[in-house]
Amino acid sequence: MKLKLHIWRQASPQAKGEFKAYDLDGVSPHMSFLDMLDLLNEQILHEGGEPVAFEHDCREGICGTCGMVINGIAHGPEKLITACQLHMRTFNDGDEIWIEPWRAAAFPVMKDLVVERAAFDRIIQSGGYISVRSGSAQDANAIPIPKEDADRAFDAAACIGCGACVAACPNASAMLFTAAKAAHLSYLPQGQTERLQRAANMVTAHDEEGFGNCTNHGACQEVCPKGISVDYIGRLNRDLLKATLSGVEVSTR
Amino acid sequence: MELDAKIPDGPIAEKWTRRQFEMKLINPSNKRKYKVIVVGTGLAGGAAAATMGELGYDVHCFTYHDSPRRAHSISAQGGINAAKNYQGDGDSVFRLFYDTVKGGDFRSREANVYRLAELSLNIIDQAVAQGVPFAREYGGLLDNRSFGGAQVSRTFYARGQTGQQLLLGCYQALERQIHEGAVKMYNRHEMMDVVIVDGRARGIVTRHLVTGKIEAHMADAVVLGTGGYSNVFFLSTNAKACNVTSIWRAAKRGAGFANPCFTQIHPTCIPQSGEYQSKLTLMSESLRNDGRIWVPKKAGDDRRAGDIPESERDYYLERLYPSFGNLSPRDIASRRAKELVDAGHGVGPLNNGVYLDFRDAIQRLGKGKVQERYGNLFQMYEKITGEDPYSVPMRIFPAPHYTMGGLWVDYDLMTNIPGLFAIGEANFSDHGANRLGASALMQGLADGYFILPLTVGNYLAEAPRGGVDPDHPAARDVIAETTALQERLLAANGKRSVDSFHMELGRIVWDHCGMARNDSGLKEALKRIPELREEFWRDVKVPGSGADLNQSLEKAGRVADFMEFAEIMCWDALTRDESCGAHYREEHVTEEGEAKRDDENFLHGAVWEFKGAGEEPVRHEEPLHFEHVPLSQRSYK
Repeated sequence: MKLKLHIWRQASPQAKGEFKAYDLDGVSPHMSFLDMLDLLNEQILHEGGEPVAFEHDCREGICGTCGMVINGIAHGPEKLITACQLHMRTFNDGDEIWIEPWRAAAFPVMKDLVVERAAFDRIIQSGGYISVRSGSAQDANAIPIPKEDADRAFDAAACIGCGACVAACPNASAMLFTAAKAAHLSYLPQGQTERLQRAANMVTAHDEEGFGNCTNHGACQEVCPKGISVDYIGRLNRDLLKATLSGVEVSTR
Repeated sequence: MELDAKIPDGPIAEKWTRRQFEMKLINPSNKRKYKVIVVGTGLAGGAAAATMGELGYDVHCFTYHDSPRRAHSISAQGGINAAKNYQGDGDSVFRLFYDTVKGGDFRSREANVYRLAELSLNIIDQAVAQGVPFAREYGGLLDNRSFGGAQVSRTFYARGQTGQQLLLGCYQALERQIHEGAVKMYNRHEMMDVVIVDGRARGIVTRHLVTGKIEAHMADAVVLGTGGYSNVFFLSTNAKACNVTSIWRAAKRGAGFANPCFTQIHPTCIPQSGEYQSKLTLMSESLRNDGRIWVPKKAGDDRRAGDIPESERDYYLERLYPSFGNLSPRDIASRRAKELVDAGHGVGPLNNGVYLDFRDAIQRLGKGKVQERYGNLFQMYEKITGEDPYSVPMRIFPAPHYTMGGLWVDYDLMTNIPGLFAIGEANFSDHGANRLGASALMQGLADGYFILPLTVGNYLAEAPRGGVDPDHPAARDVIAETTALQERLLAANGKRSVDSFHMELGRIVWDHCGMARNDSGLKEALKRIPELREEFWRDVKVPGSGADLNQSLEKAGRVADFMEFAEIMCWDALTRDESCGAHYREEHVTEEGEAKRDDENFLHGAVWEFKGAGEEPVRHEEPLHFEHVPLSQRSYK
């Protein structure tokens, strides 16, 4: 296949970026989207240019490192996959493809398609955990957990922290990410002690990072490669309300 | 090179307890005065950093990723073993220990393996307390499955994403310590080298991957949890960034590298679809529970699978190993597949796979049941290949997956360089010549949560504290060397991309030091690797500069290290003139075609001392003793 690619090139966080066009020939429909970018980079290298910077690692949809907006959609046109799992058979010979980084104030562009997502780590730092010391745990079967609750917790815990939800949201909100972690822990008995504090802290940290508010567009759920449900946002908001009414004091720093 | 394993005295079941009691302690209020560097944030590194933070040490943790949650442990699918005996099927610490020693084909240390089996119990407790959502039965108790040919059900799992969930538990514990100020996290910092002062590891040199800044960080102890080196093969199931650099640089500074030729090939990966592909995808081994593996009897048969009648199919694992059949161990299933593909029986557009067929399982169980068991894997397969495994058989082929070799460590997980520790896949300690399924996660977490935080304390109690800063001459020298190496890569300005060299190196290592090895092939590799390395330094093209985010430069540094490391791996395979576990020397094969050990001459770990690029490395030996698991020949007939 022959493609026309329009790729966002930006030399540094401070530099002004722009789309640059590339013609790429010899693309096999069996290639993954990132194999295709590798091929392009090999071509750019031989033409004496600097390859396109993009992040990736496991290339099987679990590490959450890769992420780019492909033809206006985070992770591209196929549902429930990451950019690395997208294959070129989805496209046709002669297609034009527009590729750009996640765009959100809280995710500054480092170079080309690479953005900084450390804001996610700071949201987790504010309370996305159960406070337990190594070696202090009781026997694992001491607390039976109904299978249904364990499965629900897992569904929420499947989040890979890629940031597609933020990229898709018109408000650049990270509420789906935040709510997924809060839900994972709040479905489990171990997570109850810190539940309200966690909700208050995480939402505050989320806002402090410069992510926008959720206004129920649902675009996040549409692009989420793990199919995380927006219902968790409602669950988190209920916990947040309870926390506020019960006078939980926020402590994110 | 002195190799004292420092195994505690006493009965095997009491060794670890005894060791803990003998350890010197540091007063809780003094711990914060000790600075410890941890490199890597996978299950081993992340768990170690979090736990040492909890204990009160001043922990500085480094990753080249944008977040500690990206470490490759996240990709582990199948599960984690623990001798909980929740199924009441006769499992015990001793049985897990026994299975692991035997599975490693008697090339691991009994004392270490026993401790691993013992600590497996605590890992599950710890993970559940953190909120890791393991699979459960309807009654609410934890579910187990049998995995990788084990005859008891001791594997805990979280769907097909056990590694992800365990790593997130560990990452969250780490983030909590970062929040508490106990751990300082350095994202996007790649470790380039280790700094040795007065014979002790006292720091590391890093490169910031966005600004390009090269700097030294000093400490009282350095811990490497930087994973394995399967990417020496170029094509492997490891994440793209996985590399040997940190442990290889440590080896170049004098740390012994043990058993580098012990590399595991996983039998069920999706075959390469073309030359352009740089990463292979693993399909969970659990598929072999219901799928039947076959190839056409006739070499070169290019009919579609459905057109090949039953009588012309060779279900070779069922034929050769009637009792284990399609569940034969990883190394055996891998080798048979490669032999048949090499003999022209390969299937698929590139004739580079064997079939894993679910036709009979679908007939027997119904499509719904198969979907329930393997639905996510079938979907993953379809996304990648564009083929529907419900109607045509899957194609699979073996791929490099895990490396048992690594830095030599003593019972305390310390290398022969005082103050330099190695944990998880980065060390060589527990799996011998072959790792059992669902044991990698167990080892990473045992090292990180329960062993290292104590043994580091014991070391620090008697080690010099502070007194070195990044201006120390030793640190400045390492910074200068790192900078010079980087400038040399940028200045080469040749014609070939880093990837093209990596691919060529991978092919040499795969052909001659892969699933099967022999004397002449290894000698050929030892001739070609130095030639390729020389060409690499002459003709590599690394665009851009060292002063910003430059992914070509990052890769170039890693490949430069693989070019040196590959040689020591071949030396190890050549001089270990026996077969054992995953190390299969064609000259040493039983009548049944299995690995034939030579316990008379090779009942030891081989530990390599680097003597300079292109120089012959020196081989040392750590003798092994088996008192509890009698030496025997594996048989899976």
